[in-house]
Amino acid sequence: MNSEIRKDHRAEEMSFFGSLAQRLLHGDIGSLPVLLGLILIALVFQIANPNFLTPLNLTNLLVQITAVGTIAVGVVLVLLIGEIDLSIGSVSGLTAAIMAVISVKADMPGWMAIVACILSGALIGLIQGWWIAKLHVPSFVVTLAGFLGWQGALLYVLGSTGTVNLSDPLIVGISNSRLPVLAGWIISIFFIAGFTFFQVREQTRRVRIGVPNQTRAILIGRAALISIAILVVVGVMSVDRNPSHTVPIVGVPSAVIFLIGFILIFDYTTQRTKFGRYIYAVGGNAEAARRAGINVDRIKIIVFILSSVMAACGGILAGSRLYAVNQSSGSGDVLLNAIAAAVIGGTSLFGGRGNIWSALLGALVIGSIANGMDLLALASSIRFIVTGGVLLIAVTLDAYTRARRELTGSS
Amino acid sequence: MDNQESPPVLEMRGISKRFGAVQALSGVDFEVFQGEVVGLVGDNGAGKSTLVKIIAGTYQPDSGRYIFEGEEASVSSPRQAANLGIQTVYQDLALCDNLDVVANLYLGREETQPVIPGLFDSLDEITMEQRALRFIRDLHVNIPTVRSRIATLSGGQRQSVAVARAVMWNSKIVLLDEPTAALGVEQTHQVKDLILRLRNQGLGIVVISHNLADIFDVSDRIIVLRLGMRVATFNTHVSNPGQVVAAITGAVFGPVESDTEIKKERGDEKNEQ
Repeated sequence: MNSEIRKDHRAEEMSFFGSLAQRLLHGDIGSLPVLLGLILIALVFQIANPNFLTPLNLTNLLVQITAVGTIAVGVVLVLLIGEIDLSIGSVSGLTAAIMAVISVKADMPGWMAIVACILSGALIGLIQGWWIAKLHVPSFVVTLAGFLGWQGALLYVLGSTGTVNLSDPLIVGISNSRLPVLAGWIISIFFIAGFTFFQVREQTRRVRIGVPNQTRAILIGRAALISIAILVVVGVMSVDRNPSHTVPIVGVPSAVIFLIGFILIFDYTTQRTKFGRYIYAVGGNAEAARRAGINVDRIKIIVFILSSVMAACGGILAGSRLYAVNQSSGSGDVLLNAIAAAVIGGTSLFGGRGNIWSALLGALVIGSIANGMDLLALASSIRFIVTGGVLLIAVTLDAYTRARRELTGSS
Repeated sequence: MDNQESPPVLEMRGISKRFGAVQALSGVDFEVFQGEVVGLVGDNGAGKSTLVKIIAGTYQPDSGRYIFEGEEASVSSPRQAANLGIQTVYQDLALCDNLDVVANLYLGREETQPVIPGLFDSLDEITMEQRALRFIRDLHVNIPTVRSRIATLSGGQRQSVAVARAVMWNSKIVLLDEPTAALGVEQTHQVKDLILRLRNQGLGIVVISHNLADIFDVSDRIIVLRLGMRVATFNTHVSNPGQVVAAITGAVFGPVESDTEIKKERGDEKNEQ
């Protein structure tokens, strides 16, 4: 690579494929493999069982991944600063149990139970983050202790009951409501209009002060792709998906709205705010961040708080969907699926690389595999093996592109 | 140097520093004028790094005066030194590989714009990019685009970005620790060009290097430390490497006559690296 050649600044307006090729060359492949993987998975399952790509199944699939996807948002944040959080499964179980006990056993209003659940998540994150940042104990160990400890706390909170059935309409409604069809369309139109407006405004400003970034063709192409994707997804969820067509089941499920909302909020936070910039800086080179005057400890603690809060939100979504919180809430494959989702989605285990969307993409991959195998009535043994294989491929790609980056970077 | 009639931007007087049993610096004077490049040389353990860290505010001297722009200054942290306009570029550069050039130039001092005034700001990427672009062009730093990630840049380009970041914030003095170590010939050339351009813009630059050839290429004066003391000062334009090596090693002063001796001493100097 001869990067010493001074390029004309017009070259900054690279063609779409030119910039893609450049990024691939530098090992900066982002979400491309996981998108291709998703298409492949969908094709395979659709051929094996034509029920896979039906509105009912696709909507179910999206609802199934909301809890893991939400928890994975927190995992992405933690991975971005180059740490790990193994406690998220237990934390989601414990905080959901706190919500259930306050709502059902103490008979308090649902909103109070939800607030208590999120606050207890924040407190847990604060304790773990403080321990990691201030006492310099590796996050692997602190959160492994949390994994065990909060699991114990879950059993304690539930007591002899074992299972608490949820009945509060607010709590149950979180995962079991549907947006009216019209509202779904209005929200998506507003979103597309807002997105386009801000893109146009930014591009106008760029052109005015002479800082070109991307060609108009790329911008229009991207806006069109995003608009089509939103409209297709909302469209699929707006047709009657009840197979017997007795009572129409239509509208975007509320849980999906929550997941997308979390993704959008945290994508904005990581990409467009100082705090987000510092998350990447800490993950890229913590010493450089410290020398630049960034309070590295503070960033770490906040990220661990957010991780536990997102685990709590995932716990609420899961509990709400099942109408219950029990001793196995947040245990089993919740932790590993959330971490796997973040990594499969393209967030690096080595810190500083990735984005929030990988939580959604990775959760979609894992959810599609689980859902498709259920449709084919395959044993869960095969599901675990396939998910493990996909995870291995994702991490191998990450390690490979990292080596590739170092190679091209030092030339 | 025309500028040397005016007082130095930075003046250190009688700096001493002791670490336990080791007297790292004893009564060292040091000065940097506006628009000059000072080469700071000396053998390992001569006290170069200690002196630079005192100037940068990382260490505090046991005794001595720190005079900046003619006024006594007290510098007890790198932040205070930075506030005076003194920036240090260490060998490890302190860049975030995963961020692009703009983000690194602005790290810790991002431009923001209000989203909800008074409550919530977002990054003002366009302003940062515009200023970074202009700044990088003014310095003739040679990088593909200001949106290139540091990981995709060569060693010389990274060094240039690190230096650019150091001078971006109204710096008056830049300390460069081994700026050309581990760089290839072409990249060393780039960095040396950048140093000279900064000098012509009126900055005072201190270069620490083991590589006398580089020091001779860029510096106006060479200050030699030996065993914690300042033993010699050379006007680069009327000196030769042999004299400097003699001062570094403590060999007899005086003009070096034969080429063979110079070669031998240059060999010694290489061995020190």
